[in-house]
Amino acid sequence: MNLGDIWNSIFAFDNYGEILALVQNSVWAGAVLGLLGGLVGTFVVRRDLAFAVHGISELSFAGAAFALLIGADVVTGSLVGSVAAALTIGLMGGRARSKNSIIGVLMPFGLGLGILFLSLYQGRSANKFGLLTGQIVAVDTVELQVLAIAALAVIAALVIVWRPLGFASVDPEMAQARGVPVRFLAILFMFLLGVSVALSIQIVGALLVLALLITPAAAAQKVTSSPVLAVVLSVVFAEIATVGGILVSIGGRIPISPYVTTLSFLIYVVCAGAAAVRKRRGGARSSPEALTPPVRVESGV
Amino acid sequence: MTAPGIDLSTVTEDGGPKGLGVGESRSGEASAVALRSASLSFGPRTLWQGLDLDIRPGEFFAVLGPNGSGKTSFLKVLLGLLPLTSGSAWVAGRPPGGAGGEVGYIPQQKGFGPDVPLRARDLVGLGIDGHRWGVRVRRRETDTEIRRLLERVGAGGYANVPVGQLSGGELQRLRVAQAVAGDPAVLLCDEPLLALDLNHQQAVSALIDQQRSETGAAVVFVTHEINPILDYVDRVLYLAQGEFRVGSPEEVMTTEVLSELYGSRVEVSRVNGRIVVLGLPDATTHLHHVHDQPALALDQHSEEDGS
Repeated sequence: MNLGDIWNSIFAFDNYGEILALVQNSVWAGAVLGLLGGLVGTFVVRRDLAFAVHGISELSFAGAAFALLIGADVVTGSLVGSVAAALTIGLMGGRARSKNSIIGVLMPFGLGLGILFLSLYQGRSANKFGLLTGQIVAVDTVELQVLAIAALAVIAALVIVWRPLGFASVDPEMAQARGVPVRFLAILFMFLLGVSVALSIQIVGALLVLALLITPAAAAQKVTSSPVLAVVLSVVFAEIATVGGILVSIGGRIPISPYVTTLSFLIYVVCAGAAAVRKRRGGARSSPEALTPPVRVESGV
Repeated sequence: MTAPGIDLSTVTEDGGPKGLGVGESRSGEASAVALRSASLSFGPRTLWQGLDLDIRPGEFFAVLGPNGSGKTSFLKVLLGLLPLTSGSAWVAGRPPGGAGGEVGYIPQQKGFGPDVPLRARDLVGLGIDGHRWGVRVRRRETDTEIRRLLERVGAGGYANVPVGQLSGGELQRLRVAQAVAGDPAVLLCDEPLLALDLNHQQAVSALIDQQRSETGAAVVFVTHEINPILDYVDRVLYLAQGEFRVGSPEEVMTTEVLSELYGSRVEVSRVNGRIVVLGLPDATTHLHHVHDQPALALDQHSEEDGS
């Protein structure tokens, strides 16, 4: 395969309009997931849960692989796996540090199980590969409806807990003192995250979920410190990555996920670059007062 | 741990919990904070016991003591984050943790990460409506209130600066603004002056006292260092060695009382209006007042924390 062939495999726009009509559902699915990923991602980044997303997606993969093996519904399997993982992490890992070790324990276990189930599976190999790397092309109308309803349910729940969840995410001690049910919100968010991961996996696959649930929000956080603008930008970036990725990919012969992850990554690079430039220009604030020393040596009580 | 503490002030003017439950009476002199036979232990270690206390509205009440004496735990009890081992407590007429908007909390100064998407104004906004469900709808009114609070604490100049870039003093001013949003009946302050320079210590304490005098809020101020707030303090709760004393600073901060409390000779003298205590048994640890709690207490609490 020479470079030209590779290029043509990646980018092909023959009969674009006809193909677009065929994959309409996929584009809509991408749009729904972009919205979901952009919203959920802002909380994932604020709560420092990137690693948790990765861990959940591996168990989601195991669940989906098991469903594939026994001939059950793959989406259901993936949902069961990721919600179970998310709740386990949420219930067992109180603080970030202990949380990370629990994720580190769960993740290889999930991946190992997934590989076991896939090895036992005798069906089409494209099905296997799709779980890890994504398979958006064949979204039928029923699947799209299920996806949209589930995503809207997650978004509705997020809107209901929006303020206290944001409070608990950035300023947990203060939130607790103000009577915010910090623990309950932590578990609830892990549940919503589990569902979001399971839905996203249908599009970008277990290995690449981070590109949808973290990168857009992290990029937004690079360029703004306004909480509202951060959410808007995160959704916009996620939409560009998913819908844009699908639109670029439909003529080519390779899965959708490389397009989505690459676009997502490029957005992040641009945002990080913009942040660095702004910092160098002194756009960041020069504080008139230095930080006060942490320890005062003084006698007396 | 045998003898309970002694209240050196006029003992329980209102006669304690006879008839009406303390803190439930909503008459003029209802306590902002009330404790009855309260004790707190971690395993075999008793931090304090037999604590009866009424903090009046508008009172500036300081909680002092060496590291590990349980003063931060005292505040955690009032916040509802730590249950009493025995006895009962009321804050703003409710059980601890149940009074929500009637309690303002000013934590120790702790910086934010540089990437946290939160500006000074947003931090104050969290104090106004961060605990409410849903998304913020009355945006204009909230913005007006945020501006008012920022001006009140002299933070208008850095309203749009990310919290990760603020100095300790600036952050603590915001913490005051955040805590006084909605004019709570009780302000619970956990070493709010820690790691601040003298100017900011004075500024932040003055802001807290201003709120007290203007709204009649009761202030419970946990600190290892009484001097920055000496002008404001009405009464002191001094915790040490599992015992305590309650009274005005003049009554409690004396050579006799502190020596008795510590069980060893402690010298208290006044120099230029400041109180200097010499010969504290754990004087060395006083220089590192970062971990201000027994390790056991910290662990227990952090395990319960969601994050």
